[in-house]
Amino acid sequence: MLHIVNKSPLTSVTLESCLNTATGGDVLLIEDAVYAATRGSAAEAKLQSAMGRFKIHVLMPDLEARGLGDRLAEGVTPVDYSGFVELTVSNKTSQSWL
Amino acid sequence: MSDTKKFMFVNRKAPYGTIYALESLEVVLITAAFDQDVSLVFMDDGVYQLKKGQQTKGIETKNFSPAYRALEGYDIEKLYVEQEALEARGLSEDDLLVDVTVLSRAEMGALMDEQDVVLSF
Amino acid sequence: MKFGIVVNEGPYQHQASDSAYLFAKAAIAAGHEVWRVFFYHDGVNNASRLTEPPQDDRNIVNRWSKLADEHKVDLVVCVAAALRRGIKDENLAAGFRISGLGQLVEAGIQCDRLVTFGD
Repeated sequence: MLHIVNKSPLTSVTLESCLNTATGGDVLLIEDAVYAATRGSAAEAKLQSAMGRFKIHVLMPDLEARGLGDRLAEGVTPVDYSGFVELTVSNKTSQSWL
Repeated sequence: MSDTKKFMFVNRKAPYGTIYALESLEVVLITAAFDQDVSLVFMDDGVYQLKKGQQTKGIETKNFSPAYRALEGYDIEKLYVEQEALEARGLSEDDLLVDVTVLSRAEMGALMDEQDVVLSF
Repeated sequence: MKFGIVVNEGPYQHQASDSAYLFAKAAIAAGHEVWRVFFYHDGVNNASRLTEPPQDDRNIVNRWSKLADEHKVDLVVCVAAALRRGIKDENLAAGFRISGLGQLVEAGIQCDRLVTFGD
């Protein structure tokens, strides 16, 4: 299953809820959730510890728009919009954690 | 329509602060009318949607919480509430206005994996 | 593959509508079909023909209309949400139509994938 998160991990519990509840699979960070995937962010450790169960992807156009395109955290896979589409194809279901 | 899919509605937002809880309920009722397999999940602040005793007169807004009790009449009986979310809010099953199945986070995650369509508002 | 997309937020206020549009475009570019986009909650404001953004900004409403025209995407606006927010046939942009929530459920049933964008 593909889990799509769009909230900053510093203002919302959404990413935490997703990582604590979902059994595994792909997580895609878009919009303000991309801040979680940056080196030195307080959320980075949480993301790293979830990597055993999840494959974490980040939507690069959203990261680049926010001036953090060069701070991608280790272990996170960068994708563009076509990569986003591929993730929705390879997973039977997607859940947007709004 | 003959195809039946498993639809899950994930409610993670409190009522009244935003309209999502109310409009989610409307989709749930329509989905049931299409004879689909419907589950409702309440997590995070979404559990507040089911709190007993909502009094909305003072905010001049319709109290839509009785509608959760009417779901049974539409054969919507799969209501799941996350245990950890209740506990974090000082609530228990007795505080809820309708019968639910309380699940642990892990059970909730497993239930999500079984769905065909997951909608969250 | 046949895609359905749900948009829950209005244009210009939240990124959801932009993300949904870029996703739809990428899906079509990859050879998929975007069968229907369903606009719900404040998302119905994506359908207002009266929208006039500044010239140096993207025109979100026209962008949707163009997508519908060029790729036969069915743009459906939820009637109850639309009426609550003053979106009616008389101010509906090209390519959009107003209909019931059943259209959202139908997209869930008919499409191979349903992807939601919101707040």
